[in-house]
Amino acid sequence: MKVNKKELIEKISRNQDQLPHRDIELAVKTIINCMTQALSTGDRIEIRGFGSFSLRYRRPRIGRNPKTGKTVNINERYVPHFKPGKNLKKRVNKGTD
Amino acid sequence: MTLTKSDIVENLNNEIGLNKREAKELVDMLFNDIKNLLSEGHEVKLSGFGNFQLRDKSSRPGRNPRTGEDVEISARRVVTFKSGQKLKESVKTLTNESD
Repeated sequence: MKVNKKELIEKISRNQDQLPHRDIELAVKTIINCMTQALSTGDRIEIRGFGSFSLRYRRPRIGRNPKTGKTVNINERYVPHFKPGKNLKKRVNKGTD
Repeated sequence: MTLTKSDIVENLNNEIGLNKREAKELVDMLFNDIKNLLSEGHEVKLSGFGNFQLRDKSSRPGRNPRTGEDVEISARRVVTFKSGQKLKESVKTLTNESD
């Protein structure tokens, strides 16, 4: 099953009784913005027990539009990369047995 | 520089005025919930940021790089992250601003 942001916010909201639902919603969006902002200025993100986000460099290359077959220049760029932490890896893998 | 949980807590405090204790609890809950959902076999989609997906890998032959010994790498489930369009767009031009 897939869980989206809205459902995740509802889950957090149900499991605590201090903040109203709309504050949780705003907080989750603020957290996501803060993380996006950090990566976009070249910072890494490290969340203990969960994992880390960093950027990977991609060289410029000549690609091809698979539909038209036309060659296109693809600029150098950075792409986000997530490395799961030890605890997340272990927990996820345990779920399989 | 590295962004950590305490920086996120600080940011929540500055941006929306949650007190540090509330903010810390919320940040912990968010990452714990994502972790719990993934370990229960659910994929988590955060629109605008990205999706945490699960992949079941079958066992494959491997080698202990230190001893050179052949070992089998057991079947396992791993988490992969697929960044969303908005996040991809925000990071790709980093090269124009720095280095």
